[in-house]
Amino acid sequence: MADRVPAGRPPRGGFAGKTDLKSLDKAVLKRLLSYFIPYKWTMLAVFACIILSAVAQTRGAQFIQTVIDDHITPMLTSGSRDFGPLALAIVQMAVLYAVGVVSALLYNRLMVNVGQGIQKSIRDGMFSKMQTFPISFFDTHPFGDVMSHYTNDIDTLRQMISQSIPQAISSLVTIVTVFVFMVATDVVMTAFVLLTIAFMAVFIKLIGGRSGKYFVKQQSSLGKLNGFIEERVTGQKVIKVFNHEQANKEEFDVLNDELYENSSKANIFANILFPVMGNLTNLQYVLVAIFGGALAIKGVNGLTLGTVIAFLQLSHNFTMPITQVSQQLNAVVMALAGAKRIFDLLDEKSEENEGYVTLANIETIDTTHANVVDNDIVEIDEKYVRESEKRTGIWAWKHPHGDGRLTYTPLRGDVRFYNVDFGYTPDKQVLHDISLYAKPGQKVAFVGSTGAGKTTITNLINRFYDIADGKIRYDNININKINKSDLRRSLGIVLQEVNLFTGTVMDNIRYGRLDATDEECVAAAKLAGADGFIRMLPKGYQTEIAGSGSDLSQGQRQLLSIARAAVADPPVMILDEATSSIDTRTEAIVQKGMDALMEGRTVFVIAHRLSTVRNADVIMVLEHGVIVERGTHEELLALKGRYYNLYTGKFELD
Amino acid sequence: MKKPKKESVIRVLSRSIGNNKLNSLLAPAFVSLEVVLEIFIPTLMASLIDKGIEPGNMGYILRQGGLMALACVCSLFCGMASGYCAAKASAGFARNLRRNIFYNVQTFSFGNIDKFSTSSIITRLTTDVTNVQNAYMMIIRTAVRSPFMLIFAMSMSFSVSVKLTLIFVAAVPILGVALFSIIRVVHPIFRRVFKTYDRLNEVVEENLRGIRVVKAYVREDHENEKFRSVSGRIYDDFVKAEKTLAFNMPFMQTAVYSCLLLITWFASRIIVNSGATELTTGQLTSLISYVTRILISLMMLSMIFVQLTLSRASADRICEILSEKSSLTDPPAPLYKVGNGEIVFENVTFSYSEEYDKPCLDNVDLKIPSGATVGIIGGTGSSKSTMVQLIPRLYDCTKGSVRVAGHNVREYDIEVLRDSVAIVLQKNVLFSGTIEENLRWGKPDATDEEMETVCRAAQAHDFIMSFPDGYRSRVEQGGSNFSGGQRQRLCIARALLKNPKIIIFDDSTSAVDMHTDAMIRRALSQTMPEVTKLIIAQRIDSVKDSDMIIVLDDGKIDGIGTHDELLENNQIYREVYLSQTRGNNGEEATDNG
Repeated sequence: MADRVPAGRPPRGGFAGKTDLKSLDKAVLKRLLSYFIPYKWTMLAVFACIILSAVAQTRGAQFIQTVIDDHITPMLTSGSRDFGPLALAIVQMAVLYAVGVVSALLYNRLMVNVGQGIQKSIRDGMFSKMQTFPISFFDTHPFGDVMSHYTNDIDTLRQMISQSIPQAISSLVTIVTVFVFMVATDVVMTAFVLLTIAFMAVFIKLIGGRSGKYFVKQQSSLGKLNGFIEERVTGQKVIKVFNHEQANKEEFDVLNDELYENSSKANIFANILFPVMGNLTNLQYVLVAIFGGALAIKGVNGLTLGTVIAFLQLSHNFTMPITQVSQQLNAVVMALAGAKRIFDLLDEKSEENEGYVTLANIETIDTTHANVVDNDIVEIDEKYVRESEKRTGIWAWKHPHGDGRLTYTPLRGDVRFYNVDFGYTPDKQVLHDISLYAKPGQKVAFVGSTGAGKTTITNLINRFYDIADGKIRYDNININKINKSDLRRSLGIVLQEVNLFTGTVMDNIRYGRLDATDEECVAAAKLAGADGFIRMLPKGYQTEIAGSGSDLSQGQRQLLSIARAAVADPPVMILDEATSSIDTRTEAIVQKGMDALMEGRTVFVIAHRLSTVRNADVIMVLEHGVIVERGTHEELLALKGRYYNLYTGKFELD
Repeated sequence: MKKPKKESVIRVLSRSIGNNKLNSLLAPAFVSLEVVLEIFIPTLMASLIDKGIEPGNMGYILRQGGLMALACVCSLFCGMASGYCAAKASAGFARNLRRNIFYNVQTFSFGNIDKFSTSSIITRLTTDVTNVQNAYMMIIRTAVRSPFMLIFAMSMSFSVSVKLTLIFVAAVPILGVALFSIIRVVHPIFRRVFKTYDRLNEVVEENLRGIRVVKAYVREDHENEKFRSVSGRIYDDFVKAEKTLAFNMPFMQTAVYSCLLLITWFASRIIVNSGATELTTGQLTSLISYVTRILISLMMLSMIFVQLTLSRASADRICEILSEKSSLTDPPAPLYKVGNGEIVFENVTFSYSEEYDKPCLDNVDLKIPSGATVGIIGGTGSSKSTMVQLIPRLYDCTKGSVRVAGHNVREYDIEVLRDSVAIVLQKNVLFSGTIEENLRWGKPDATDEEMETVCRAAQAHDFIMSFPDGYRSRVEQGGSNFSGGQRQRLCIARALLKNPKIIIFDDSTSAVDMHTDAMIRRALSQTMPEVTKLIIAQRIDSVKDSDMIIVLDDGKIDGIGTHDELLENNQIYREVYLSQTRGNNGEEATDNG
């Protein structure tokens, strides 16, 4: 599409600049948490299970010390051989362990529902929201970037929800439990442990921050490399034709090396975090032993050696979860960045659809009481109209008025532009003061060079874009008042760039009208001249085609899209270069079908083959967004102006 | 085109390790050292308690503490070194993989390129390589660490107490079987999920590309439904797989806890009964820490196994593209000069794949003298493009021979042949950069004058100069900031700059108006009369002045002759002609030359 904004490939948005936890909006986290609301009871159960599991773990870690202090040592000193109390302690512990294991199983399985459920609702929400976006959104966002929301961003979220969050909860519970134990045991020692932890936190921040920075850089050089690969692999055949492989390799190497640099740095910092933390924990152990040992030997504060031993274990149990949480830091940073990008997408503005005039199927309509202006029925009061649930083939605009009246206007396909101005961006006007009319059943053709505004005009009729100034009336109703879905249902469109969907040929034709029968689809294919080649396909109408449709030629794809429009059977048709890829000989064959398709409808045709537009009722010659000539083929030739020059080949037409 | 034996995925991939061998070896070496130290530390801790704190021996605490601190520092160093080497090695491996894939793609013939879709090449170069990179890092670090830890901790605990160690030796196979069965259930589900993921991406991509169709037909709800059903399938499968996977952790815990309790029970009895001679409490503590480590290693191993099987699919896909051999090869003693622009087709038959029974080109015989201008006309699917692509050897013909300047095209050095046979492809692309950079693809050292000459011939000079930056104007990706006609003329100029012996235009002026089209043809015949010119066109006007016109139909030559001859005796040509002139009065039709 010539009018589309060129798709540059900036590095994936949202990842630029600082991305430590602080700079990420707290709102993102809050909003992410709001997805947990439907699972609040499940989450409550999960919390309970995690606490049970963490308590079992904490108790278990101290169990061996308890056994030594309370059973083995006393038995050794007393010489008693009564293993009864020990057996009881072990059975008690076994029960506690069993509870812990069952809770762990439960919360892991419950979290699967939560994690996957949230993921599904974000994914589905994102897709259905995307369906409401205006066309301009798709013009300005490269497909690759939008796709990455569904793949990369969701994936980082999944990891965070199903791994990082339970891990964080469990660690937090352990930390609190152990902390309580520590304070209960000895305050001074607790303070000392906290001091060593503060020292370790500095390392976490230093290494974690570096790692995060390089992960961001890695992401951005990955984006750059992706863009390069996409462009070059797409043009691979041209590269071969020009023997350009060597230069191509050299350019690739530069970007590949950059990615290598950032990727290795990001991974180095991520990799060293664990050994650093693990060994700092061991060092902490030594420090606690020396500090505690010294205090106990000097008898300061009534500290006993037994307490020091207990503290050694406690400090270890206190630091382990902190290390584990720090391991998840990168995952969380990346997930929040991903969540931010997803939320940014969800916050994009939807297409405005304030229209209240809708399209209705009519069973009977009594035109004798119609309000008629210039021989056209403008409106009929609801008294004289009977609506139908079924498709009757008779349509009318249902128009509720401010004063409570409800009127109907028969759908005829009368389109008028009054002094329309338009620009895709406010600073660049594309159409200037366009006025035109297409009476029901008329064929209106647009000719002019690329960028003259032909496609733009048709994009305004179906409100892919909204006009800046002026008015467009459809059956004498301002199109802004018509509900967009109903407006578009009344218009058929065949575009130059054919988009088919993965599925059977029949499915693709039926896309035009979902309730069409097989017979109706075949009839439409016959009308479009597509029936012949479809029957030659291995499974005829049931042949599966890929969306890219590489198994069909461009011409065949165009024929299918014409059939798709034919089955929709709308009163107004827009044909934007609909036959450009069909060779002239085939076009001559299709022409009959096209004529039948256009019969009795208002048709807007854009074509660069003048033979296609010759028999239009009116031809508009556009130049730089202005209609410079209008008239029939003969009139325009006689004018010896722009059209004449185009027709005789003096000017470029692309 | 001999088929090489199928090599194992690991062999093919390992060739890309290249200069990362040292780091790839150092990483596991440091990891092993780290493990040794890590195992050593609990022993130190135990004696710190037993001989230092319990008797209140400050000197021992300091000495042993110092030793332990030293061990920690060493362990820290080893851990960091292994992390560093592993990161370097895996990132380097990934770089080599990407380079080798990309370089191999550069050797691909058109046939190879057709086989892989663009998007699949991109996925292999990015996502798949990242997966393999992570797997590689895991292999040289974690996958070494866990078994090593397992063996080492096992032998240490044996040295403490053989009897007690046997308890968890018994637990290991039970745990192993349990974890293995989980993986067996989960793996096929994951494989299926990834396929469904592809389908999900397909739905999104088709929706994005066809958004105008979706909106024009008000099919938003239909699309939502389609998406939800795929998304629902992913949900179901993932839930099933992850719920099974959720047994992993409890299994592990059950095993650990059972061993712990059993060991505690038996150890206590041994200690008490022997009066702490056979086993001390300190030894018990370290034994417990070994048990925990062994079982954690087992757990890690099972996770590694899951991860590796997941990245297996990526490795396979990369391997596919790395082992793809170009279907075109240079001859052993190639010719380095193309004498003139004569082209001969002798009984040429061509089909894109061997299985396809109906060939695209069927027994084509043709002789084009050097310097001739030849038009080629035919309907969609008549194999016009296929035919001309055999000349610069973009494909090799299946049967018969294509000869240029008296030699079979297979006798030439491919690069020399393609430099002498310029082709302007139908699906042509400009690359992001400047106009000048794009033109230089034709000739890297072209002077400004040379560029201007070809651009004048291609009728591109004037519009280029109408941009403020002239030849240095920016070209966006895909040339999207130029009109179709402008793009085509730039592509023509780029091809002309090669100064070829033969130039082929594959429908390359379809968006150029008839007048400019004629100007280009006139400029060509004036500036390069000795060059053979092949013009594929849909418009009769583009070919009717040619020395000869070939009419192709369904892969066969339907007629050869001049415009007048073909009008006289070729029905297809006549039909095409009439379809383009019908409705015109005769006078106008002849005026449009």
